[in-house]
Amino acid sequence: MSLLKKIFTAMRGGAREAGEAIVDANSIRILEQEVNDAETHISKAKQDLTTVMAKEMQANREIERLQQQISEYETYTMDALNKGNEALATEIAEKIAALEPELQLQQETKNSFSVHADRLKQLVKKTERQLAEHKRQLVMVKTTDSVQKATSAISDNFSNSNSKMMSATESLERIKRKQKDFDDKLKAAEVLDAENADFSLDEKMRKAGIGPQTTTASNVLERIKAKKGA
Amino acid sequence: MNVKTIATGLEKLGVDSREGYDFDYQIIPGEEEVLQISLSEREEIPVYLTLTDTQILCISYLWDESEIKPSAKHEMIEMMLEMSLPMPLSSFSRIGNRYAVFGALSLGSTMEDIAHEIVTLSDNTLEAIEVMSDYLN
Repeated sequence: MSLLKKIFTAMRGGAREAGEAIVDANSIRILEQEVNDAETHISKAKQDLTTVMAKEMQANREIERLQQQISEYETYTMDALNKGNEALATEIAEKIAALEPELQLQQETKNSFSVHADRLKQLVKKTERQLAEHKRQLVMVKTTDSVQKATSAISDNFSNSNSKMMSATESLERIKRKQKDFDDKLKAAEVLDAENADFSLDEKMRKAGIGPQTTTASNVLERIKAKKGA
Repeated sequence: MNVKTIATGLEKLGVDSREGYDFDYQIIPGEEEVLQISLSEREEIPVYLTLTDTQILCISYLWDESEIKPSAKHEMIEMMLEMSLPMPLSSFSRIGNRYAVFGALSLGSTMEDIAHEIVTLSDNTLEAIEVMSDYLN
């Protein structure tokens, strides 16, 4: 079972007492140890792989060298035969016969290195997958741990401050009320601004004798006189 | 980077980067240091920021079990699941007996990213309470 599943199973199992750490430091240490072990395995396997691959390359070079030699001697044998020198041809053929088991041996050596290298590559890949998995779990476990510690710090801080814990809906209501107060103030300010703008325009118009004029005793009298005359 | 450098960094940002909100900071000491960020006019529901090895976590608490109408709990949880995808940047969670909304950021985030996350998380928190208030006492 993955460590994370164990942790969450423990949480479900009622280990969730106030203030009790669910992620015990031990499980984090175990995971960290597993990550370290996997890292050591990988670096060891990679070192081995480098050695084996170097040996494989050496064997390959040796094979090429032998193959080339054999093919050269084959040409020489042919040349000797063409010149009718059967004795020399046999001598050269003996040389080839000596080289061929050597080639055979090198090929076997090379094959065994290839098989070994393939196995190591698979091992590295598998260990890397394991490492990634452990690291991912470690991150999750550590995050769970951090969040729990953070939550307990927040709760402690809250209970120390003596403030009453508000419910979510109460909090939202208060925030909305503040928002509304703010909006109302903004609106009031806008209205006031608009009124001030109107006022100054009226003032300018009045001075220029345009629009409704301020009532004075003299223009009331004139208005009445005009009515009387009509 | 620690919570203090984040508070300093956020404060250096212009108010525009904080989307018009003033932030008020309080560092809560503890085994895991937490930065409490209160947005102006929204002091009742602060955002808490904490650092883990791999990420910056911003958390806002919604309500605890006692605030949920017992008969509505199932429906509430379904609503949370359904809201999780469309709600930008934030996800629901439960820590102990408290429900929360959270967002996680990379440790390489800029201060602007963090500020944006905080404001978005705060918006989403208010939205979530509003949407789910029928399930609450």
